[in-house]
Amino acid sequence: MSRVLVGVKRVIDYAVKIRVKPDKSGVVTDGVKHSMNPFDEIAVEEAVRMKEKKLASEVIAVSCGPSQAQETLRTALAMGADRAIHVEVAGAEYDTLQPIHVAKILAKLSQDEKADLVIVGKQAIDDDSNQTAQMTAALLDWPQGTFASKIEKTDGALTITREIDGGLEVIKTKIPAVLSADLRLNEPRYATLPNIMKAKKKPLKKVSAKDLGVDLAPRIKVVSVEDPPVRQAGSIIPDVDTLVAKLKEGGHV
Amino acid sequence: MKGAKLVLCGGRCLVPKTTAVVPLCSGARSAASEAQARNGPRQSASFTLNLFRGRFEPTQVFPFPEPLSDDQRQMLQELVPPVEKFFQEVNDPAKNDENSKIEEGTVAGLWDLGAFGLQVPGELGGLGLSNTQYARLVEVVGAHDLGVGITLGAHQSIGFKGILLFGNPQQKEHYLPRVTSGEYAAFCLTEPSSGSDAGSIKTRAVLAPDGKHFILNGSKIWISNGGIAEIMTVFAQTPIEKDGKTVDKVTAFIVERSFGGVSSGPPENKMGIKCSNTTEVYYEDVRVPVENVLGGVGNGFKVAMNILNNGRFGMAAALAGTQRAAIAQAAQHAATRVQFGKHLAEFGAVQEKLARMAMLQYATEALAYMVSGNMDSGAQDYHLEAAISKVFASDSAWTVVDEAIQILGGMGYMKATGLERVLRDLRIFRIFEGTNDILRLFVALTGIQFAGSHLQELQRAFKNPTAHLGLIFSEAGRRATAAVGLARGADLSSLVAPELRGAAAELGKLVGEHGRAVEAVLLRHGRGVVEQQCVLNRLAGAAVDAYTSAAVLSRASRAARRSLPGAAHELRLAAAWAEEALGRIPAQLAATRDARSQAHFQRLGALGRDVADQGGQLCPNPLYL
Repeated sequence: MSRVLVGVKRVIDYAVKIRVKPDKSGVVTDGVKHSMNPFDEIAVEEAVRMKEKKLASEVIAVSCGPSQAQETLRTALAMGADRAIHVEVAGAEYDTLQPIHVAKILAKLSQDEKADLVIVGKQAIDDDSNQTAQMTAALLDWPQGTFASKIEKTDGALTITREIDGGLEVIKTKIPAVLSADLRLNEPRYATLPNIMKAKKKPLKKVSAKDLGVDLAPRIKVVSVEDPPVRQAGSIIPDVDTLVAKLKEGGHV
Repeated sequence: MKGAKLVLCGGRCLVPKTTAVVPLCSGARSAASEAQARNGPRQSASFTLNLFRGRFEPTQVFPFPEPLSDDQRQMLQELVPPVEKFFQEVNDPAKNDENSKIEEGTVAGLWDLGAFGLQVPGELGGLGLSNTQYARLVEVVGAHDLGVGITLGAHQSIGFKGILLFGNPQQKEHYLPRVTSGEYAAFCLTEPSSGSDAGSIKTRAVLAPDGKHFILNGSKIWISNGGIAEIMTVFAQTPIEKDGKTVDKVTAFIVERSFGGVSSGPPENKMGIKCSNTTEVYYEDVRVPVENVLGGVGNGFKVAMNILNNGRFGMAAALAGTQRAAIAQAAQHAATRVQFGKHLAEFGAVQEKLARMAMLQYATEALAYMVSGNMDSGAQDYHLEAAISKVFASDSAWTVVDEAIQILGGMGYMKATGLERVLRDLRIFRIFEGTNDILRLFVALTGIQFAGSHLQELQRAFKNPTAHLGLIFSEAGRRATAAVGLARGADLSSLVAPELRGAAAELGKLVGEHGRAVEAVLLRHGRGVVEQQCVLNRLAGAAVDAYTSAAVLSRASRAARRSLPGAAHELRLAAAWAEEALGRIPAQLAATRDARSQAHFQRLGALGRDVADQGGQLCPNPLYL
């Protein structure tokens, strides 16, 4: 029976109005409402459903981040994960944490924990990278099923329906594999208050990236973070000829 | 001599100001206070009771209670978001109102969420929340749907609260798991001819010949969850032997619908909280096992009062949430709507409305959390404060939502905006669980009784001066300074933020004035004060103004002391509230004794009686046609 590792990320809540810091070094996070990345919620839900269908035996939630990441892990535990691992990354290191680092961490943990399946959300709503699942699979040399909208397990294989630009694609992979959850995979359950109380008793282990042998040295440098440009007013054009002329002027044609 | 609290000497014991008790239980008096009662007048840590003595008792007000442990606070932080999410995404208050029913998916979700057993101990199926934690969650419910709030509240805040407070271990083990896993509870006291006069209920429970059952007969009215409850706390008259005679005393029973003979009427068509089920309930020869007596035979009235007292802070908390939501709607509108070339928020009249709404909400919230915090810290005497919190919260909520509608203008009147539903929903809060009218009288009379008991002590002391010199000297000293006009109120400056010291000093002075007004009232009317409801209401009004002022001064001072976010705003809100509330007190106190007011009250009394006699207005319209 399989062990499922689920990666969850703590992000600014989707409903919050994002404000850029005056020094343009990033966005304001202090005192701002955070929650689990919505696609990660879907990933956790899928893993828990697998356990309920007896397709998996244990669900392990993992999060990389500062101490507040534990709040996100507790939400995963309340949704039904069995235990959690917090990879503590704080301060400047966290500011430059990239999917490549997270992928290395997840790959190492998958090996240590002998996971059969890794599920993450397809992308995080703060950086929209859409890289972690793919990189993790490559590092592990496991097959990947990304943008999954349906996952079926048959014997030692997985049949995955993927949402792609042209429509839906169905693939078959062996296990172990890395999957990323897309929007229509499922509708996550609401954490009930009794489950939140029970989650307090579930194990939450803290480790460092160093313990896992992963180097978090930054690969990027944030130069500046700015608001998108204010939308300029359009203009009403009298006829097609003027339109073509204007387009040529603007170098668009 | 001036140390008022250490006054009693000559063999009387000093009672510790608060006795630590299990937070939810407020039933029996502690041994110490029993002893005190035998030796002398009761001492109390209650601000309001001591207000009526003219004494400033800060124990339960300053500093603002901090009842949450780190663990409890962290737990609450995790519990609030799912509840918020549920009420934002799943519950549809407009649909609930339109169909006069909570949607089935929502009901199932609420049970799954654990919302029906918030304060039941964990091992019996609940979440074991403290009063403060409960208040915070109920705030969320109040902000979204009061109809659902009442369904939840009628179930746990009063429906089975009696089992939590007075149940024996067998009753708890048997019933608490059931009420947390799908069986509704209801509180059944009111009858067609017994509303405020709860002691006059006619439902009777008579011991059966086999001595193993009570036979219950009677009918109840306006019972929330009446049509859906399986487990009911029912109050009935039971014949008791007392001094060789048989008298009727009320007893509380746990009655199950499955006992047979229990039926309920159709759901009442109400002004608001339409999705909450309200019905009549009938009991016909219902056989109730003697094991289901709750709190002892003959103790029903005390059980009922304690249940209601215990749940009152919950209403204040819910309505604080309701007001917060309404203010948000009004504020957003005022900030965006443009008329006469300006945003509404730039007009003074609108600013005053919003300010007053904010002040009322701030005070309501302060009361809710002060009472819940005191209860969690083991306070014994909180019933006056709980009563004030319910009265104030419900009166304020009506004003706040009404003004919010006004700010939104025509849009406020439209169903789609949602405020008209909220107004209809909250109207009942001034009526049920002790009408505000009764509670005001209750506050005044209980306060007067407390003051009176101490005054009687004083009178007794004067009859036997040598035994009570200490008492006489201190009282004489206190009154002398008061008479000379050097009414030195308690020194409150150390308790509040510097910006609020002026208000605190004024409060201290007015506390003394309140005591003097009460003495004058007692001197003039004696026991007959019970009939002087106009006077009682003025004393109650002054008490509400004094207690709310103390509460906001305390709340804001704490925010300033701990440099909490928004502390500057809190100081302004507190100062504004104190300015108006304390400003009202002198006139209210004066009205309890000056000749002109007494004459006016007579006039009002006569007018009122005549309107009742006439069956309506006393005269025809000006046209006499």
